[in-house]
Amino acid sequence: MIEANSLCKRFGNVDAVSDVSFTARDGEITGLLGPNGAGKSTCLRMLYGVLTPDSGSARIDGIDIRGETSAARAHLGVLPHAAGLYNNLTARENIDYFGALQGIRREESHRRAAKLARALGMETFIDRRVKGFSQGQRIKVALARALVHDPGNLILDEPTNGLDVMAIRSLREMLHALKTLGRCILFSSHVMQEVAALCDRIIIIGGGRVLADGTPQAIREASGSQTLEEAFLNVLGNSEGVS
Amino acid sequence: MRALLTVFAKEFLENLRDRRTLISALLFGPLFGPLLFGAMVSRMLNQSVAESDEPLHLTVSGRDHAPGLVRYLESQGVQLTFASFSESAARDAVRSGAAQVVLILPMDYGPRFAAALPAPVLLVADSADSQTRKSADRARLLLGAYGSGVAQLRLQVRGVSPLLAMPVAVNEMDVATPAGRAVVVLGFMTYFVLFAVLMGGLYLAIDSTAGERERGSLEALLSLPVARGSLVGGKILATCAYMCLSLAISLTAFVFVFRFVPLERLGMSANLGVSTALAFFAICLPFVPLGAALMTFVASFTRSYREAQTYLTTVLLVPTLPIAFASIYSLKPTRSLMFIPSLSQHLLMTSVLKDEPIAIVDVVASAGSSALFALLLFVLTARHWRRETMLG
Repeated sequence: MIEANSLCKRFGNVDAVSDVSFTARDGEITGLLGPNGAGKSTCLRMLYGVLTPDSGSARIDGIDIRGETSAARAHLGVLPHAAGLYNNLTARENIDYFGALQGIRREESHRRAAKLARALGMETFIDRRVKGFSQGQRIKVALARALVHDPGNLILDEPTNGLDVMAIRSLREMLHALKTLGRCILFSSHVMQEVAALCDRIIIIGGGRVLADGTPQAIREASGSQTLEEAFLNVLGNSEGVS
Repeated sequence: MRALLTVFAKEFLENLRDRRTLISALLFGPLFGPLLFGAMVSRMLNQSVAESDEPLHLTVSGRDHAPGLVRYLESQGVQLTFASFSESAARDAVRSGAAQVVLILPMDYGPRFAAALPAPVLLVADSADSQTRKSADRARLLLGAYGSGVAQLRLQVRGVSPLLAMPVAVNEMDVATPAGRAVVVLGFMTYFVLFAVLMGGLYLAIDSTAGERERGSLEALLSLPVARGSLVGGKILATCAYMCLSLAISLTAFVFVFRFVPLERLGMSANLGVSTALAFFAICLPFVPLGAALMTFVASFTRSYREAQTYLTTVLLVPTLPIAFASIYSLKPTRSLMFIPSLSQHLLMTSVLKDEPIAIVDVVASAGSSALFALLLFVLTARHWRRETMLG
């Protein structure tokens, strides 16, 4: 479970995130939806602890990310917006490196890598050097890297960026599989259809604030809209400064 | 500690597979010094040896005005070319390079010589040209020797002891050891060694910091449950490993190159065998973590490969500063200088080359201060990595 509690963050004079609170539950896929510059990435970065909130707190499975950063992160897999790999290492070595840094044993790491390679369809290229991989192959390796320690929670920042239809589809399947295993999944996107197709719960963010929070159906009903897209635009239209 | 070793192993392996790193760290960096140095020194030596063997060439104008002087020069093995120059023609000839050194014997040489008055000769040379300046010096010496020979004869003829005209007899004693004389020639070498040390780690320091940021792998790394100090420590350690390799290769190459440099021909002994190389390695070892930490520190502030390269090439020049300063002010090795990294390594290596005894205290001071600076830079780098601005 991932909890955000009144998170605030300023950069200079800009309020990037102001008073954001929400909960992403286990066994659910939660989508953080918002236009570019809404504060999604800043929000996620505070959740996995590479940014310090000016006020407010974040918890992973009840563990405070600022207080016990390492313990909290052991429960967390992260696929950041920039999910670069080490080009001179093979896919397996990339995954093993993160496994070792997560503190899991080598055999365990190998076992997990093999399992993830099967699940993500990476068996044909797992022992090739990453240099020259397609964007789809790269995202799979990055995802496997984030999952190598079998975390209970997964945060993905715009994971579908730059992916083709096939790759998006296999990513979706993977997230569904993780959900049925009872994992908590939080991902951000600015693509409404993406969120609609995948999420049990949607949090709409605009101008650094939570504008709506609920199931797709609840959000549609609350804004009196027929479709989710209409609801999204309605909700955003109410907030100032978003066009 | 485990995380630190994991980072070390990964950085070491990854860069071992990178051709750019290998060429710069293990080929160009360490071999540049020895090769350039070997070529430079042997050319210098061959030139100076050849010069003293070569006869002096003089262009003489007005040979008929001083046949005695001309005979003397010929007897000294000077190769004379005869011409007839006015003063301005001689100046033009030397300027254009048609003649190297011109000796003009004027019309009134004969009468004044006969009257025992100072007889004028004019030596025309270009002192800005090091080659002809040497020839002019040799000509001046010969003319002086001729003059004092004639003076002694004149005194003797007049019944005066020529010894009266020599109130002081100057004797010289040169205490430079053959190895010491070589140090003048080898002064540059210590910088090349330190250069090789830094070059060995340059690309790794860039790749593990700015490179990590540029290829977008930094954020994922920073969101792992690993202390930032361990990340930085592992990266610096891997940089150190490459620097040690580079140093070892460079010293091996130096030992090899010095087998072929004819230093003995100048009465110098190049004291650079295997044992000297090992001493150099031990002296430079404490400089390795300092250089690695310095380069990692600087590169951590840069956003891209290109930017990091720009700043780090400046860092490559940093160790020259104390060395240049010391040679400008010709500082003698003192204990307080042993606390200055790079300068202390330079002084210690020079002492080894000169075959001088080395105080253990100096070695400890040099190693200790370098290690201390390295630790300080490591702490500063780790602190920077803990900041959120590190994300860029």
